Amino acid sequence: MAKQTSDTNPEGAARLAGKAGPRAEIRAWFIREVLPLEASLTHFLYKNWRNKSDIEDFRQEVYENVLLAAETKIPERAKPFLFVTARNLLINRLQKESIVAMEVVADLDALGAAADEPGPDRSVFARDMLRRLQAALDSLPPKCREAVILKRIEGLSQREIAQRMGITEQSVANHVARGIGVLAEMVYGQTADPRSGA
Amino acid sequence: MSQMPDIAPSRRNEIRAEAADWFARAHSGDWNSADQERLDAWLGQSLSHEAAYWRLEGAWMEAARLTVLRAQADAQNPAARRIIPAPVKFAMALALAAVIGISGYSHLSGPAMQRFTTPVGGHRTLALSDGSQIELDTDTVVRVAINADKRTVWLDRGEAFFRINHDAKRPFAVMAGDHRIIDLGTKFLVKQNAGNVEVALLEGRARIEVGGGLLPTRSIELSPGDVAMASPDSMAVTKKPAKVLTNELGWRHGVLVFEGTSLADAAAEMNRYNTQQIIVADASIARRAIDGTFPVHAVPQFTEMAQAIFGFRVEKQGNRTLISR
Repeated sequence: MAKQTSDTNPEGAARLAGKAGPRAEIRAWFIREVLPLEASLTHFLYKNWRNKSDIEDFRQEVYENVLLAAETKIPERAKPFLFVTARNLLINRLQKESIVAMEVVADLDALGAAADEPGPDRSVFARDMLRRLQAALDSLPPKCREAVILKRIEGLSQREIAQRMGITEQSVANHVARGIGVLAEMVYGQTADPRSGA
Repeated sequence: MSQMPDIAPSRRNEIRAEAADWFARAHSGDWNSADQERLDAWLGQSLSHEAAYWRLEGAWMEAARLTVLRAQADAQNPAARRIIPAPVKFAMALALAAVIGISGYSHLSGPAMQRFTTPVGGHRTLALSDGSQIELDTDTVVRVAINADKRTVWLDRGEAFFRINHDAKRPFAVMAGDHRIIDLGTKFLVKQNAGNVEVALLEGRARIEVGGGLLPTRSIELSPGDVAMASPDSMAVTKKPAKVLTNELGWRHGVLVFEGTSLADAAAEMNRYNTQQIIVADASIARRAIDGTFPVHAVPQFTEMAQAIFGFRVEKQGNRTLISR
């Protein structure tokens, strides 16, 4: 692999400028089809990857590979594609590991079946969402929560929130930035029930 | 996929933080086309940027659902519109305890806090790693956080029966509404419905605190047979015979036990377990007392009994079964 950091990729800007339409399509597909699978993906990575501290990075790498493939053609079925991608990355990583636990390999074999299951139950995903969102709000520190509530529920601007809370606009931005990260983790990443793997 | 550039491990973490900063700025209300161009350029630099940023956008769109909370609060209290809707206020009360327990965000992204639910009519038993058990009744939501120094369960909705292995070094607390129940070696039942909490202690000892935050405003120790009914601003404790408490736990075996229960209360109890709802449409019969043990899903048997024994009229209308004189 080329040692090239992604954010200095000179072709990136051109890619975006030249393909605004397809990128919007890929974005819509990614949000609609891929992100709702995040809880399952996270669960899969937790089960199969020993270093729990870099699961979020691993997950992001899976997404990057999925987006790369979607540039050629948006996969028809997101779920098997996502999991095959995750498995390939996992195998790449495991080959660099000195010790491979046997159950990891066994799980990889079992994955064939998991990837063929029907996609996410979108109605379940939607029904559960409000509760997940409330749980996400629960977990925020008070100021951060207030900023997110004023922003998302009350629809106030950054300036209005700053005035209301008596803090600087930069602090509001920091709160919102932290809040959206936690929200995303609860909305997509949390496995509602580890036993069901859903 | 070999053409993917290698990204240093720590780099993705930074990228997510950068994406969040871009996101907050893009939604600040102070944003122009030059800013948008800079954001587009940043997104175009890497698939990693896009993946991180689009994920936040997706979550933010989903969070639009939160605005229904405001709609609900407005409907309930149109005169005095609150900035923070009631359900969120409730969430805040819980959050205070959560914040104390978890010291920062990173914990949450791991599997430290787990959430378990049952659908209407559902029943499941959670076996915790410390040997304790939690049984969830119908339509119940709990979150469980087991740490090295404490065990916390949030009963967000519904009813659960706890059998807790006491561990003085790792206290076990149930957060329900504004209240905190602290186990002192116990079997107990907790119901929570819109901030009203009922705690029934079957064995052992437990303490219930009003205002589950840092400084509880009131605290009562329960002994076996005690049933505490607590609302956000009041609490009363009564004694119930062991038999009554056992009846209340019939759901653990899939049955509801009624003894001198009014028809309306019995119907309401059945309705918690079924989508097919029994409506006692006639106030004059709502207080007729009934005895009996019913499987939780036995709606037809329940209404047949009403028809056969009392001679009431039973009429099925879609998801509703009306009982009237």
